[in-house]
Amino acid sequence: MIKNLSLLKPNRESLHVYVSLGAAFFILGIADVTFNIFEFFPIWISFFIPLVLCFYGLHLIRIEFSGIKILDILNKNINSNWFNAILSIFAIFLLIKSIPPILDWLFFDATFIGSKKEDCTGDGACWVFINVWFERLMYGLYPINEIWRINAAFIGLILIVGLAFFVSAKIKNYVLIFLIFVYPFIMISLISGGNFGLEWVETNAWGGLALTFIISIFALTFCFPVGLFLALGRRSSYPVIKYASIGFIEFWRGVPLITVLFMASVMFPMFLPEDTYMDKLVRVIIAITLFESAYMAEVVRGGLQALPRGQYDAGKSLGMGYWRMHLLIIMPQALKLVIPGIANTFLALVKDTPLILVVGLLELIGMIDMAKTNPKWLGFAAEGYVFAGFVFWIICYAMSRYSISLERKYKTDR
Amino acid sequence: MSTIIEMKEVNKWFGDFQVLKDINLDVQEKQKIVVCGPSGSGKSTLIRCINRLEEHQKGKIVVDGNELSEKTKDIEKIRAEVGMVFQQFNLFPHLSILDNCTLAPIWVKKTPKKQAEELAMKQLEQVQISDQALKFPGQLSGGQQQRAALARALCMEPKIMLFDEPTSALDPEMIKEVLDAMVNLAKGGMTMIVVTHEMGFAKEVADEVVFMDEGMIVERAKTKEFFANPKNERTKLFLSQIL
Ligand SMILES: Nc1ncnc2c1ncn2[C@@H]1O[C@H](COP(=O)(O)OP(=O)(O)O)[C@@H](O)[C@H]1O
Ligand SMILES: [Mg+2]
Repeated sequence: MIKNLSLLKPNRESLHVYVSLGAAFFILGIADVTFNIFEFFPIWISFFIPLVLCFYGLHLIRIEFSGIKILDILNKNINSNWFNAILSIFAIFLLIKSIPPILDWLFFDATFIGSKKEDCTGDGACWVFINVWFERLMYGLYPINEIWRINAAFIGLILIVGLAFFVSAKIKNYVLIFLIFVYPFIMISLISGGNFGLEWVETNAWGGLALTFIISIFALTFCFPVGLFLALGRRSSYPVIKYASIGFIEFWRGVPLITVLFMASVMFPMFLPEDTYMDKLVRVIIAITLFESAYMAEVVRGGLQALPRGQYDAGKSLGMGYWRMHLLIIMPQALKLVIPGIANTFLALVKDTPLILVVGLLELIGMIDMAKTNPKWLGFAAEGYVFAGFVFWIICYAMSRYSISLERKYKTDR
Repeated sequence: MSTIIEMKEVNKWFGDFQVLKDINLDVQEKQKIVVCGPSGSGKSTLIRCINRLEEHQKGKIVVDGNELSEKTKDIEKIRAEVGMVFQQFNLFPHLSILDNCTLAPIWVKKTPKKQAEELAMKQLEQVQISDQALKFPGQLSGGQQQRAALARALCMEPKIMLFDEPTSALDPEMIKEVLDAMVNLAKGGMTMIVVTHEMGFAKEVADEVVFMDEGMIVERAKTKEFFANPKNERTKLFLSQIL
């Protein structure tokens, strides 16, 4: 038994000895990374000790067809040869070294409770900052007493969307029509007020995450149909429509969003007749809509391009006109093909909203900018941006998951 | 019998290339015509001109009393009367077979949904795939797909049926099931123009056979006559290659 035990060539006969030995070396290595056990060695040795220990440990357990399921999976995926073993070790070391400090900053050393800057005494994040500013981050400069209106508008939105999932297909259509064509206006009049005894709140006061949502929802709802028409227009057989669409798309794709926003806010009013006034938020939403619809158009056109001519032939031969054919046959297939692209455009749109900062509208990121420069709260930029990043990530991840579920739902070709 | 399709001196170009040269063809109601000829001779283009999937540039095409031209209003109405079956089936992959069949009746002819579904099931029964009604095209074999495509066209209750090489994309063992369905349809008295190289089918159902080459109708004859003693040299050559 002992005779078979070679220290360089592990074999199956003494499987358990090798595995135990390997695991011991590996754990020792990991322990050293974590607790610096071998600190007493000179630095240039102690630096390499864990690496050597783990490497040798992994070498000892690298036994093919061991019959132990976990070991086989491990060997196959992270330990198939010495090079992979080294990569795995580095990855594990990196995680060990980086995760604890991050967790410390985020949670263990962080301060959650308090009401002023001085309450934050720990080394970690000062979430008090987010806490204190929370209402501002969510609702901007909207009057505190009126915040219920924003809440009501969004709760209504969520309820109707939820309703759409539960009612039968027939009623669902009505719910969706209401949601797309009626509810946005109810929402806006509720938030802006000025009628039904509600106090008028200027759009300049709108802000925070609510504004992110408002802009995103409107721009998404509008840029989708505009994009569809542009995509169809670009493929039209009427030269006027075709070249107008191409010109439009190429124009909006060619200019940076920041320029567009600037023009919408500064230059556009100059071209309006003297006594007309268009709200800045409206102008910004129109600008973002047109900008994103150009991208949407190209995404949809990609889908249209992918459909074989036979689909058009079949539709026409059944007596369908242009619109009926596109509505019933072409668009459903084209859109299904480009769900990932549409999701991409939508995500980009949501993440572009913070740019409205340049025209003085403050959504979530804008509010954080404002909060972090408040003299009483200097020095909390990191907390603010981490929070904003987290919120955006949640929104975008949800959208991404939803697009994947749509893709699955509409997959009919196997 | 009355003439239902009339083509006079029809010419068509793709750019500089002339695909159809002085085509004269008239089809009587309930007549079955098989069109054959070498690949690239313009057969598809010819029948696609009949429902104006292609536009001709010169000459006159009259379908069921309506002349086809740029000025034709309601080309959709004429197309609704002319069914077509394609080489590549062209079923709508995002819809079930049943929905494929009911889509046009419901949206074009405004047939109530229930009635459209009954008719669709009847047509699917006819081509013997009613048990596949709820599947999607991608789940069917080629032969089943082509029969579904035939049923879909028939659901519009057309007066004329056009077939563009309906069996050319099929594996040999599936050709027969599609041809059988077509023979049944022919026996039912449909007006049919069929582009095909299935000479057995031509002999069985065709009243007349048209031979095309290089954009021209080279020969047109009663079926028996056509196979027994073809007049044109090119026809003879073609038949000797294909039979
Ligand atoms: N859309 C088109 N544009 C240009 N040339 C075409 C087009 N469709 C067909 N053709 C050409 O016209 C000729 C006849 O085509 P087609 O009618 O499909 O022949 P067949 O069906 O007899 O094989 C071929 O040479 C083909 O290349
Ligand atoms: Mg052809």
